[in-house]
Amino acid sequence: MSQHYPVLLVTVPLLSAFLISISGWLNKRLCFPIAVAALASASFFSAGLLSKVIHKNVVLYRLGGWAPPWGIAYRVDYLNGLVLVVVSLVALINLISTYRSVEREFSEKLGAFYTLYVLFVTGLLGITVTGDAFNLYVLLEIASLTGYGLIAMGEEDRAPLASLNYVYMGTIGACFYLLGIGYLYIVTGSLNMADISAILPSLYQSRAVLSAFIICMVGVWLKMAFFPLHAWLPNAYTFAPSAASSLIAPLMTKVMVYVMLRLMLTVFTPDFVFSAIDINRSIVWLAVIAISMGAILALTARNLKKMLTYIIVAEVGYMVGGAWLGNRAGMTGAILHLVNDALMTLCVFLVVGNIVYRMKGHSFEDLRGLFRKMPFTMGAFAIGALSIIGVPPTCGFFSKWYLLWGGIQAGHYAFVAALLFSSLVNVVLFFRIFEIGYYESPTEAHGGGHSQGSIEEAPLSMLVPLYLVAVGLVVVGLYTGAIVNNVIRLAVPPGIV
Amino acid sequence: METVTSIKPLLAVLVSLAVTPILVSSRSPNVREAWTFVAAAAKFAIVISMLPVILTGTEIVYTVAEFLPGAAIRFRVDALGMLFAIVSSSLWIVTSAYSIGYMRGLNEHSQTRYFCFFALALSATIGVAFSANLLTLYLFYEMLSFATYPLVTHHQDQEARRSGRKYLFYIVGTSIGLVLPAMVIAYNLSGTLEFSSHGFLTGAGSKPLMSLLLILFIFGFAKAAIMPLHAWLPAAMVAPTPVSALLHAVAVVKVGVFSVVRVLTGVFGIDLLHSLNLGPFIALVASVTILMGSFIALSQNELKRLLAFSTIAQLSYIVLGVGLLSPKGITGGLIHIAMHAFGKITLFFCAGAIFVATGKKNISEMVGIGRRMPITMTAFFVASLSIIGMPPCGGFLSKWYLALGSLEAHQMPILLVLLLSSFLNAAYFMPIVYRAFFCGPQESMFESGVKEAPAFCVVPLVITAAVSIVLLFIPQPFYRLATMMVLKITGA
Amino acid sequence: MTQLLSEILTKYNYWIYITLMMIGLYAMIAKNNLVKKIVGMNIFQTAIILFYVSIGSKKGGTIPIIKHDHGAASHVVHAAEYINPLPHVLMLTAIVVSVATLGVALALAIKIYHRYQSLEEDEILAQIREK
Repeated sequence: MSQHYPVLLVTVPLLSAFLISISGWLNKRLCFPIAVAALASASFFSAGLLSKVIHKNVVLYRLGGWAPPWGIAYRVDYLNGLVLVVVSLVALINLISTYRSVEREFSEKLGAFYTLYVLFVTGLLGITVTGDAFNLYVLLEIASLTGYGLIAMGEEDRAPLASLNYVYMGTIGACFYLLGIGYLYIVTGSLNMADISAILPSLYQSRAVLSAFIICMVGVWLKMAFFPLHAWLPNAYTFAPSAASSLIAPLMTKVMVYVMLRLMLTVFTPDFVFSAIDINRSIVWLAVIAISMGAILALTARNLKKMLTYIIVAEVGYMVGGAWLGNRAGMTGAILHLVNDALMTLCVFLVVGNIVYRMKGHSFEDLRGLFRKMPFTMGAFAIGALSIIGVPPTCGFFSKWYLLWGGIQAGHYAFVAALLFSSLVNVVLFFRIFEIGYYESPTEAHGGGHSQGSIEEAPLSMLVPLYLVAVGLVVVGLYTGAIVNNVIRLAVPPGIV
Repeated sequence: METVTSIKPLLAVLVSLAVTPILVSSRSPNVREAWTFVAAAAKFAIVISMLPVILTGTEIVYTVAEFLPGAAIRFRVDALGMLFAIVSSSLWIVTSAYSIGYMRGLNEHSQTRYFCFFALALSATIGVAFSANLLTLYLFYEMLSFATYPLVTHHQDQEARRSGRKYLFYIVGTSIGLVLPAMVIAYNLSGTLEFSSHGFLTGAGSKPLMSLLLILFIFGFAKAAIMPLHAWLPAAMVAPTPVSALLHAVAVVKVGVFSVVRVLTGVFGIDLLHSLNLGPFIALVASVTILMGSFIALSQNELKRLLAFSTIAQLSYIVLGVGLLSPKGITGGLIHIAMHAFGKITLFFCAGAIFVATGKKNISEMVGIGRRMPITMTAFFVASLSIIGMPPCGGFLSKWYLALGSLEAHQMPILLVLLLSSFLNAAYFMPIVYRAFFCGPQESMFESGVKEAPAFCVVPLVITAAVSIVLLFIPQPFYRLATMMVLKITGA
Repeated sequence: MTQLLSEILTKYNYWIYITLMMIGLYAMIAKNNLVKKIVGMNIFQTAIILFYVSIGSKKGGTIPIIKHDHGAASHVVHAAEYINPLPHVLMLTAIVVSVATLGVALALAIKIYHRYQSLEEDEILAQIREK
């Protein structure tokens, strides 16, 4: 049984999605339990895979028994083993946490929503687990198409237009990726990542390989909203229904960062990326701009959710920059930040979900007096905010530490400065929110925030998962050493020092 | 150096953290305050129970988690940490009593939140005291910054909002902007963050780089209120007085100074500072702050603001003592942590007691208050003697050692600074005391008759004032701990 | 000049796909009408499908159905005689994807039309700004 985990990871949610779709017609109440079962088993499989990778070695699964490079191979190593666990757990926690808000918002369309939800997660898990470059494209489109649907499903007036813009950009991104893979196929004749990687070294000087690499990267950057290719993200995530945005925001960009890392580390190998072509310093400069602009744009937002989306843009810059520093500390930081940022983003977006559930809005005006009204939600928000700012012992600090260390080792001080700048801006951003929630009362605009108001906290079914995540931020922070030593250290190829 | 492993330091940190859920959940104020006392007493008991071990020269170590080689979340209790922990944990008990008197006396809102964050802040303070490395120190330093924000802005009005912004701007801005990069650079140079008795940066880099790091660290720990990064301290005086008392005379500012001292002794090491000749620079920065702080204090009318500037000046004595790089000077600096704490907290308690009893904040309105509140103002007098550095108060001892240290280091200008500053201290404290007691009945702004603040306010300040006197005659265990620390870091 | 011309002519398939891609991209950026943008997106996708199809073909190659009998009729198979079927097979998937994308995009366009009674982007944005 356990040797089939890699394929079960994708097929179980995939088939469950159909089941949910059917039960949406027959009995709506079955949709949620099936979705939970599907994602819980996915979490189980991915945890099993990670422990297998840690205790034994890389897990290779041949679909239909066909040996690669002819057949499609699923391959789990330290890097995607970790990402799989993060993706499946985040999706599961979010699913449970948003039960109430989904039921309220989509009472008529429960089947459709949960079908798309589970299909989206299927796509992400598939992207992560596959060892085949073309298979990745197909799964990427599964995730994207369902993502467009999820975003457009909400009540928000502007959601369809935001989603359509996302469709354009997402399609261009995926097409670029496909084109890049086409070039790789021309020169290597293979689509299996490991196989391509073995054939490529003699072709490092080829211009076709270079263009394949750049085209793939541009496509992936578009999908992860790397500044200046980020324009689709803020609106799409802001106007999505809260249950969808707290799923998509933590996962989509992170999985795309994973794809970038996979291309850099496995398909093209660090020898090519950092030695054969000399572009890594310029890319880090792009990341510097991404981080700074993300921070500045976040300052202009007058809406909590939009502010958070710009923070995601900045965080993408963290990870791209860390990965392209070309040293072990930076790469470790990027991978660790991928994990941490997924959790942090989940935490703050769940908070937004709770706020929307009670206050029916997420603009700054809706946040007045919130510390009195929803003290527990705001407590969790404070933990999430501290993690995004990078305060120990929350996990955000430790990944930032590695990124800073990598920047100093590489002598890229602009990157270090950008990280510090964005941390400071995050302090401003979050304390602005805290000030609104703390000093201003809902009725009057100014002063006297300590008028007595009743507590209108979110239901327990939303608070418990939220606190699970918030406490998780600290726990993951304390176990950083274990995660780095047992997983990430081995995920970074030995070539990178 | 012998070490033993024990979970006690962690317990000392966690004990106040553990009571916060109880505080949040309890509906009755009495239960809540009883738990605060239990936590404070337990914390003090745990700290004191480690004292005998420390006095034998053994250090207590406990590792929570290691995230990088050389960078762990680890506690190490040594003489310096012990000194600071005793001061802050003992004063928490006193302040808890005072808080009850003050908060109830003024019928303040949100007392639950107040006691919760107070407990959190104390956790962080003890955490800083027991940190074994820069990472742990930074962790608790930041925790303290965020835990004190709701305390500083307790009144939740526009003034509190402004002050809160200023507070965060200075404290968090410098810790993220200066200390964090300095820490990463130091780690990159030496591969460790663990404090050692002779520093870990020896031979790690050139003089310009070391000087840069020193500047980043000294100014980065803005809680030490070294000029020009002192402006948050007077602004933070909008907080309720017990907060100002414990946090802004003892915990927060001392955490800043303690961090600076730790970095100077445990990261750079006295030898390295000697060989790079950076001592005079530190002494200069500290001297400027001492004199400027005292001069500004002279011109203040609001009592708490005056005390704030006095604190800014007095804190730099500690930095100055270490900057002298001589054993006597460092001893003086370290015992000043204790002496100043007891003196200054008494002064703040007095200011609060006056406010509770009469509603007065300004010095110009306190003429003749000595007759109305004789106990309070006597304590005020004793404490100001301690701050000035006159016998029979503990402050004399620390200033004496600082003076000896400047002679030992052949730094005559420093001696002059010390004398001038003591003179200035007298110049701003003595008129208050004089006018409080010695004025004609027609000048007095108060009706005749004794009317003190509630007992919960008065008893604590009498205790701390008495301790200030006792410390001159029995300066143990602080003197012993300071000399042990000096022995360890200078090897002399 | 002639060299450049021959360069273009010998690799005409690539030039065509690039031209198509640019037409599609232009439509997506410059057109105001949402449906025209969607059409541009589809052209963009089709360009890449054509690119894949063209890289699989060979001059003088035939469809990869191998005439291969047992016994005396068996002969050596020359891979060069057959066009490469793999890219074509891949494109079957890509076509499905592109159709699905088109469907989602059109569905969104319908939803937008219901909401704003318009498919012109500037009119929609003006309506949003008014709110």
